[in-house]
Amino acid sequence: METTLFDLKSGQEAVIKNFKGGAEFQKKLRSLNLRAGKTIRKVTAEPFHGPVVIEIDNTEVAIGMNMAKKIVVEASESGSDT
Amino acid sequence: MKILLMGNPNVGKSAIFSRLTGIDVMISNYPGTTIELKKGKMKLDGETAEVIDVPGTYSLDPASRAEEVAVDMLQEGDLVINVVDATNLERNLNLTLALLERNIPVITVLNFWDEIRHLGIHIDVKKLESCLDIPVVPVVAVTGEGIKTLVSRLHEAKAHQKRYSEEERWENIGKIIREVQQITLKKHTLLEMLEDLSVQPLTGIPIMFSVLIVVFWTVRIVGETMIAYLFDPLFALYLPLVTDLSRMLGGGGVIHDILLGTLIAGQIDFIQSMGLLTTGLYVPLAMVLPYVVAFYLVLGILEDSGYLPRLATLVDAIFHRLGMHGLAIIPMLLGLGCNVPGALSTRILEGRKQRFIAATLMAIAVPCMAQTAMVFALLGPYGIKGLGIFFMTLFAVWLTLGFLLNRFLGGETPETFMEIPPYRIPYPASLGKKLWMRIRSFLTEAVPFVLLGVLIVNILYVFGIIGWIGEIAAPVIVGIFGLPKEAVAALIVGFLRKDVAVGMLLPLGLDMEQLIVASVVLTMYFPCVATFVVLFKELGARDLLKATAIMIVTTLLTGGILNALL
Repeated sequence: METTLFDLKSGQEAVIKNFKGGAEFQKKLRSLNLRAGKTIRKVTAEPFHGPVVIEIDNTEVAIGMNMAKKIVVEASESGSDT
Repeated sequence: MKILLMGNPNVGKSAIFSRLTGIDVMISNYPGTTIELKKGKMKLDGETAEVIDVPGTYSLDPASRAEEVAVDMLQEGDLVINVVDATNLERNLNLTLALLERNIPVITVLNFWDEIRHLGIHIDVKKLESCLDIPVVPVVAVTGEGIKTLVSRLHEAKAHQKRYSEEERWENIGKIIREVQQITLKKHTLLEMLEDLSVQPLTGIPIMFSVLIVVFWTVRIVGETMIAYLFDPLFALYLPLVTDLSRMLGGGGVIHDILLGTLIAGQIDFIQSMGLLTTGLYVPLAMVLPYVVAFYLVLGILEDSGYLPRLATLVDAIFHRLGMHGLAIIPMLLGLGCNVPGALSTRILEGRKQRFIAATLMAIAVPCMAQTAMVFALLGPYGIKGLGIFFMTLFAVWLTLGFLLNRFLGGETPETFMEIPPYRIPYPASLGKKLWMRIRSFLTEAVPFVLLGVLIVNILYVFGIIGWIGEIAAPVIVGIFGLPKEAVAALIVGFLRKDVAVGMLLPLGLDMEQLIVASVVLTMYFPCVATFVVLFKELGARDLLKATAIMIVTTLLTGGILNALL
């Protein structure tokens, strides 16, 4: 199921598909290895429009809410057990 | 020969720098601990080489100021030690490959080598060496494991100048990773579970409040205990000495007053006498130092554990309404120790607006530990009420002012995009070293200012300047703040040292309400001179002027309102 990182459920794993943002935006994401094809796990979203926290390659990354809305992911059906 | 230490943020460059040069530097577990270039020297084949600790960077495309510094440094360097986080090889290799395009000899260091095993990561170092065609040395920087091998292999560093597009680079990295790295399924450790729990709001927010309360009470209890059982007994032994000296000097006169101060009811009073050898030593050593030690001990544990970036994530939503990233919690926390490192650390924040707001709020509403310690001494006897009003007022000012500054200042604060490092058990040796560095800088940098402050108090009184300024400032001090005219002396000394200034309130016989107003005003009205100098360097003259104007207005308003309400 295709969705955005923002709409992904906490605890769910997903594969990054593409980005609804320009070259600069994607370059910024690549600095922390957020690229198409990478598997991530959404850890949580902070309340009051706070950032989304994901885990990628053993590292947690905090991503601003509006950035998370621009990251399209394919949620995997398994791995939603937490 | 110039050796550059380069790598992503928070991979341990400073720890390796410290190992190579023997120079003690601050090491913490959050990205951006190193905010300026650190230079040191090491012996290499009988010659002296310069080692430069370059602030962390994710790429060599100069996107931010820190990255520009790193790229500029490349022109000057003769050799790069590329520090790589072995637990996150793929991402780190992007910078490694970028460095290999620059025709400068590179040697790669795999740090955190001890951590990869329990993460289920296996890295074939020999294969990685042949893939990259440069030497690769696994190390554990905090313990020094592998550092000797690194030094002995420095001369093997090799320069390349293949040119890749970014796509090719990532393709290449993918190939290398498939060749050299294997990940086996791992068990989730307790620390990893805690990583999730402390950022998930439902558990994270209670954890945050617990941590803050524990921090506050630990600092108070450790500080009070050290005063009661160590420093006060020591000064009790010292009292007969100065009492004898006082008798020898005839109990009065200019020299007596400068060295020992005035006698209070025929006795030396360490807090009120205001002599260099009495108050000048007692305030910094017996009243402030214990809390400074306690605070930096707790702060060091917080820094090294990796909790601060998680705290930053939790408070990010609130901080963004004040025009800052959650990461601005770091300048605020450092500011609670001393405003000087607090002001310096605003550099980790992106954008001029954000740095201005963070520096201004910190300078106005965050009391340093020296001042807090004295406020503990003054307001402590009134119990939680006095201290509560003091801290709540400052917090309210911080929130309101931040909100207003964000509304009315131009410019954008970019969204948060930040790496959160894993939890690590603080390493006692580096924790101790950091604590000692901070205590040493308090002793060598703060204590002389305290002595100078005490000296100036004496001069001001001898020449009657206090009375004169008191008359001029009376409308504000008496009219707005409801304090006696004499309190102006504290405000003057507050430019130099806030701790001495708070101490000067004691002989005035103020009631609790007046003490609260005076403590709040002393925190807000102006940073001490050391902070002022750093703010000037960080903000520039124009923004500092702006910040100062905001300070004065906010202090008058807050002091006035507080005086009217209490």
